[in-house]
Order: sequence, then C-alpha cells, then structure tokens
Amino acid sequence: MAIDAAEVPRTPGPVTTRTIHVTVNGVSHTSTVQNRMLLVSYLRERLRLTGTHIGCDTAHCGACTVLVDGIPVKSCNLFAVQVDGRKVQTVEGLASGATLHPIQEAFHEEHGLQCGYCTPGMMLASVALLAHNPNPTEDEIRRGISGNLCRCTGYVNIVRAIQHAAQKMQTPAKGGP
Amino acid sequence: MTPAEALHGGIGQSIPRKEDARFIRGKGNYVDDVDLPGTLFLDLVRSPYAHAKITALRKEKALAVPGVLAVITGADLAAAKLAWMPTLMSDTQMVLPTDEVMFQGQEVAGVVATDRYAAADGVAAVEVDYEPLPVVVDPFRALEPGAPVLRADKGKKDNHIWHWEVGDKAATEKALKESAVVIKERLYIPRIHVSSIETCGCVAQVDAMGKLTVWMTTQAPHAIRTVFALVSGLPENQIRIISPDIGGGFGGKVPVYPGYVIAVVAALTTGQPVKWVEDRTGNLTADSFARDYHIEAELGATKDGKLTALRVKTLADHGYTDAAANPSKFPAGLFHIITGSYPFATAFVEVDAAYTNKPPGGIAYRCSFRVTEAAYTIERLVDNMAHQLKMDPAELRLKNFIPPEAFPFQSALGWTYDSGNYGGALKKAMEMIGYDALRKEQAEKRRRGELMGIGISSFTEIVGAGPAKQFDILGLKMFDSAEVRIHPTGKVLARLGTKSQGQGHETTYAQILAEELGISSDYITIEEGDTDTAPYGLGTYASRSTPTSGAAAAVAARKIRQKAARIAAHLLEVSPDDIEWKDHKFQVKGVPDKSKTMAEVAFAAYTNPPEGEEAGLEAVDYYNPPNLTFPFGSYICVVDIDKETGQVKVRRFVAVDDCGVIINPMIVEGQIHGGLTMGFAPAMMEEIPYDAEGNNRAGSFLEYLLPTAVETPKWETGKTTTPSPHHPFGAKGVGESATVGAPAAIVNAVLDALEPYGVTNIDIPLSAHKVWKVIHSKDAA
Repeated sequence: MAIDAAEVPRTPGPVTTRTIHVTVNGVSHTSTVQNRMLLVSYLRERLRLTGTHIGCDTAHCGACTVLVDGIPVKSCNLFAVQVDGRKVQTVEGLASGATLHPIQEAFHEEHGLQCGYCTPGMMLASVALLAHNPNPTEDEIRRGISGNLCRCTGYVNIVRAIQHAAQKMQTPAKGGP
Repeated sequence: MTPAEALHGGIGQSIPRKEDARFIRGKGNYVDDVDLPGTLFLDLVRSPYAHAKITALRKEKALAVPGVLAVITGADLAAAKLAWMPTLMSDTQMVLPTDEVMFQGQEVAGVVATDRYAAADGVAAVEVDYEPLPVVVDPFRALEPGAPVLRADKGKKDNHIWHWEVGDKAATEKALKESAVVIKERLYIPRIHVSSIETCGCVAQVDAMGKLTVWMTTQAPHAIRTVFALVSGLPENQIRIISPDIGGGFGGKVPVYPGYVIAVVAALTTGQPVKWVEDRTGNLTADSFARDYHIEAELGATKDGKLTALRVKTLADHGYTDAAANPSKFPAGLFHIITGSYPFATAFVEVDAAYTNKPPGGIAYRCSFRVTEAAYTIERLVDNMAHQLKMDPAELRLKNFIPPEAFPFQSALGWTYDSGNYGGALKKAMEMIGYDALRKEQAEKRRRGELMGIGISSFTEIVGAGPAKQFDILGLKMFDSAEVRIHPTGKVLARLGTKSQGQGHETTYAQILAEELGISSDYITIEEGDTDTAPYGLGTYASRSTPTSGAAAAVAARKIRQKAARIAAHLLEVSPDDIEWKDHKFQVKGVPDKSKTMAEVAFAAYTNPPEGEEAGLEAVDYYNPPNLTFPFGSYICVVDIDKETGQVKVRRFVAVDDCGVIINPMIVEGQIHGGLTMGFAPAMMEEIPYDAEGNNRAGSFLEYLLPTAVETPKWETGKTTTPSPHHPFGAKGVGESATVGAPAAIVNAVLDALEPYGVTNIDIPLSAHKVWKVIHSKDAA
C-alpha cells in the first residue's frame, strides 16, 4: 500500500522570526532568526563559530555541546530563541587571546584527541564538570562526560586530560609551592 | 650543536601532536565548515520502504516551497547517464532510482535550496507514490529457489553474487576426518556501522573556468578524482578533490555515496556551490555497513591439542549491491588470514555473497578488509577447542603458535607473514594481568557459584596493502607516495598520497622525515588530501599509511640524502665516497668534527651547488611494498557476570600489541585505546538489525549504541617490538589491530564464565538479555 499523502504535512507553515539578544564568548549579538533555527545553526552559520560540531541531531553524541550560563547543553536540541538574554560559551571562547584554557592544554598534553571532531564538546562538558566538581574521581569523570561520544580515543586519555586539567586549575599559575 | 644532541621529534619520541593546535581551538576545517559565498544546500528524500516500485514522483509542491531551487530525480540523472554508478567492487549502484527502491533509507530525490532548513521543507514536500514489493531480508532465504530476484537489471536469475574459495578442499576434508577432535561452530558477526562522529558530506563548486572542486569527507581523494573523471567524462585535470579535516573515517569514508554525486550534479546545473551533509539517520541507514558474515567453521586437533585443519564456509550479506571496498582480486577481502597465528598444514575457506534489500557495503569497520571476521573466527574456535580438550586456552595457543624462528612464514592459505613472536606477546600479557592468580580466583569463584571468565585472543593482523602485483582498487595499484622538498633554510614541506582522519599524520610523518633528514620535526610541514598538490596515492584505510606512505617518506628522504651527500662532499672538499650519514648529519668518515648538517647542505643546494649538480633538494617516491605487514598481539579480558541480570562487566583488559618499530608511542597507544573501544562496541553493544519488512531498527544513536566513557573498560596496554624486515624502518601499522583482536577476547571471557552452562557460542553483541537467557534456561531446567 502506498503512503497516503495526507499523512505527511506537505507544505510547511509560515516561517516566523524573532529578534534575540545573546552574549556569545563575551560579545553581544542582536540577531533576527527564524523561530525554528537551532542554536547550533545560529552559532555555526550566523556567527561563523564553526568549532561547535554536529554529530547526530538527536542530543546523543554531544559534539555540539556549548555552555549556556555555564550549564552544558546540546545546541542541536535547543532553538536559538531559547538563549535570548543568555550567555553562551563555545570552544572559541575557551582561550584568552594566545593563552589556552587549562582544559585545552591538558587535551593536547595528554593526547586526549585524535580526529578532533568531538573535542570542542568534550572540552566544554569537562569545563562544566570541573566547575561543579573541581577534584573528580575517575568514575565521576567518566559519568560526567557520558553525554559525549568519542569514536577515536577510547576515552582513556580524555579522562587523563581532565584529571590533568583539574590539577592545573587547582595549582596557582605563578608563585606556587 | 653537538653530535650527541638528540634530534627533536625523531622516531620513537612521544611528542605531542602538531594538528592539535587547531582542533583544541575549534579551528579545524571539516567539510561542513567550508563556507563559500552563495552556497546552496542539498537534502535528500529517502525511501520509507525496503523494496518498492516508484509509481509516481511529483516535484511541484517542493518547487513551490520558498527557497527551493531544484529537485533532482533519477529520471534527471538518467538523461545524463548518471542514474547508476559503479561500486568499488565493479557492481552497480543507483545514484537515484528511476523505477525501484531497494532498501529503507535509499536516496530517492535531491532537493536543492538556499539554506538547509528550506531544503528540509522541500524534502517534506516531494510526493512519491510507492507500490511495495516482496522484501528479501535473510541472505539464506535470498538464495532459496523462488526468492524474489533483486538484481534482474543485471540479468541475474537469482540473488547469488559471487563464490570465492581458497585453500586445499580435499586435503582439509581428509585432515578433519583424521583428526581425533573436531569442533564446529556457527558464528554470526552482525551488521554494524562505523559511525564516525562526523557524518559524510561534501561541498561541490564549479568555477568560471569550468573546474570542479569538491571538498569531501573521503579517505581516498586521488582515487575518487579518477573515479569521478571516468564516470562523468570530465577531464581529470579539471577535477580537484580536497579532503579537509576528517572527523573519523574507519572505512566508512572510502566509498562514493549518492549524495556526493548529486551535489556535484547540482553544482554543475545551478552554477553555484552546493553543500550536502547527511544527518545521522541517513548515515546509519544508507552509508556502507560492515561485517554481516554468517560463518560456519570447523577446527580439528589431535588428542593432545595439536591443531590440524580449519574449514570455513561463510555467507556474506551485501545488501542490494556489492559496495565493499576490497582490493579487486579479493572479493572477501583478506578473510584468508583466518589461519591466524597457527601453522595449519591445511585449510579451506569459501565465501558466497548474496543480495538482500539492505543498504550496500561490506566495508571495513576499522579493520583491513574482513580481517576482524577472520581473527574473531579463529580465536573463538581455538578457545572452544581448549574447552573441548579441557586444556588451558593459553597453553593450547602456546603449544600451537608459529614459532619465532619460522618467519618469514608461509600460511596454509598463501600469505607470507613477515615477522612475529606470538608466544612473547601472550606471555607478556599473561604476566601483566597475573594469569595464574586469576585462574585460581576463577576456580574458587566457580565453587561458590559465581561467574567469572578469562578470555584470550592472540590475533595476527594483515595490513599495509599492498604489493602492486596483488593489490589494486578498480585497477589502481595500491602503492602510496611522498614528495619531500627541503627549502634553502633547511625547512621541509612534504606531501603524501594518504589522508589522516585523526591518526596524527602531520606529526608522525614529520617524525619519520626528522629521523631520516636530521631536521627537527618542528620544521617539517606535512600536507595531504588535496589532489591538486599531493602526489597520487590510494589513501588511508586498512592501516596502510605507515607501511606505504610512511615508507615512501623514508625512501624519498634517502634519495635526498644521496644528492645531499654529494653537496656535503663539495662543501667539505672531499670525495663523496668519504662522506657518511651519521648522527643525523654528513660527516667525513673518521673525522666527526668535519661535518655538515642537512640545513647547511640545503642552503648550498640553492646558493652554491657543485658543478654539474642540479639546484634544489627534493625527491618523490612511489612506494610499492614488497609484502604486507603482519602486526599481532595477545589480549586478555577478565569479566564478571551478574547472574541475576546477565550483565557482563569487563573487570580488566590487557592488550599487548606488536606493531614493529613505533614512530610515536603516545599516538600508537591512543590508537590502541580507540581500537579496543571499537572492538568492545560490536562485542557488547552495536548492531543494525532489520525486521521482516526490512526496516532498519537502529537508525539513530538512540538504538545504535556507541560506548560512552561509562561502559568502556579501562584499557591496560603493553607492547613487544618485532620489526618488519621489509619496511624501510621496520614499522607495521597499528590503527586497526585492537579492533581486530578485542572482540574474541571479550566473547571468550564471557563464554569461559558461562562454561558451567555448556554453551559454546552466543552471537554478538552480548546483551545482558542474551547472557541472562543462557543462565536461566539452565537454572530453570
């Protein structure tokens, strides 16, 4: 039996838009977006912040993880209009100028990345984890990044990188013992 | 610089990776990041049916959607003779259908629009009428008389694609008859999917000069360029394939998918750049699958545990077209590595392939052409034989391994293994994990009724394809290449025919050249993936980069050294015969303080070349390996099983790998961690099942379960080093060993734990439910 054409909406409804005010990596943006535009599309296509990646469209892989007011969210499952008035941090906002964030240094030093595709989301999930729990156990780290899939590393070195970053973030940068 | 000063970034050093600099800043350049002005977006209409006749396809409503510019159908492509394309196995595959769809998720039409949201609106508005046809899901039933013939278009009278066999059938039959013990097992290795976190996609652009450039998620850009040229008729110099940063490949980015071709057609017809990036459901339902081998294997042994013969009969489910990515002479890939680490006197293997209403494929899943299927089979059977003989599985292996002095070893099925020390690797793994103590613990636990198991896998890999006389893809010989150029100030640009997808080539190739040229790897830039600049190569898969392009880099550097030695002699005012390459510089023999560095020689090559010597300092090498390489290893897994739930917990997993000489130990260890996880995944979690109507039951990550950090075991690694005798610096390749070796160790451990229940196999993935059923069917009795 053929599919009844009436089962599927054939003509989309009118596309509506809204103006939003968002602070992304410390920079204020005022943008008019389609209501249906996903946050990840807004970041990647409107702001050209392509470090946030798309891996599954269904909130499973975590490649699109960004921080909204410090909380990790999967930007493929949030509309841009839902971050109106909020602060968003992406991978591009981790470093301060030429100075890398400790999590970036740690992923590099501990070989916590291979193809690099999951890495931005993984690092942002890690930053959120360490903000909440500055000295996590290995099992807490593994649970903390369980919303982020990596196909290359087997997670061993990601766990090491997060442990290493935790140490770095607890040690004063200068004048330490 | 003193002669003793260590070269920075040479072979054997765990230097951090160069490519990380952009990835950790979010500055990688993946296909979806390519942003050309005026880019249009392609989205695809996909079939809801596994097998159906298309009775009507209406574009009108889609074309009325704001932003939609074009709808491309099979009929449109047929007019340009592009509705079908060849697969890498010389079968044929639809780009878009004109009459019938052959699997659920098949591409039915392409919608081109100004943005991806409008394209999705357009896809929803394309009207297709289908008349469902009988569906062939089971490959065994596909071969029964009366089954619907799926490829009548090829003149087929049944669904049988090919038969392939190797070995001595009669001698194997005789040896099995004469064996005191013969065990037989049926193993199904289900359909799985590589699921790199980046899906597939491309951006196609035609410039004002008519040149086509395609940024594409491909592991083999040069081969793709040639295929595009042959299929489209465009001159090859007018096609440029750029493989930018790739978010994981694992074999899934070797084939040409219809989306790429439709995007190219759309760019040619609209005159604007066209981007296609598939979503995860498209990736899981239509891109090439891996495995799907139904294996029946028999193994013979003497009473005292000497293995005698191996016979294997396999049915391969290829979906509606054979779109594997094997070398053309090997329809079942390198499956005949199945005699593994053992010196069988005789063996026989046959494989038959069948068409079904499933997506095409038969590609690798992080393994070199059906090697996991082979390693899994032999290592599962050897463990079963040990249980049958009431021997310890480690003892049975140690008794039977090909001994180190037997290399190079000619296997019963025709391979010449380059080098190995299998006993060394297994003994090291046993020592690392504390094997004897674990066996004692297991015996105690068994007395208490607790389920603990220990599984071993001592695999032999076969990688680095390969010698041109045996290996080609669509006739293209499987050499690979390196082009090395030293600038006047002693800095290096090298381009290679392979393409990294996370393997770290920018770092490791620079290390090879650092070692061979005496120049710090910091000053060596590696480029790959652009067919307009890189030398021709067959690409990166099958763990072939180090065995082929890595070898080419070393050989090209050695060619440079020959010329550089003459320049050094000129600078040092001695005969070239008096110059030797020592401590990474040119020295006058016996006079170590009279020397020139490669940088000094390079400067002279451009400013002060000797009379009669061409200026410049560069070389190209197209390396045709004399043989494959045969990495190996021994893995031991310890599991505990919860009797109430059937839940399997991997308590420990020790992996001892031997991949010959290691370029960067940190990167090798990382690849082993990842490979182990992609061995764990199909053993425990991943499968793409189909229901009786041919519906894909794992079309998203909700159903297709990739291991997270929580499920993934805490890997422990170790190594032995047995150099390849034929590779320029003794390396073998490692990216896939762990995926090949791990599943059998895990399954053997689970079956070892379940030995009291008398079960000899559970097909992977080992869900808690399957394990629970074994435990409770016996308890209930």
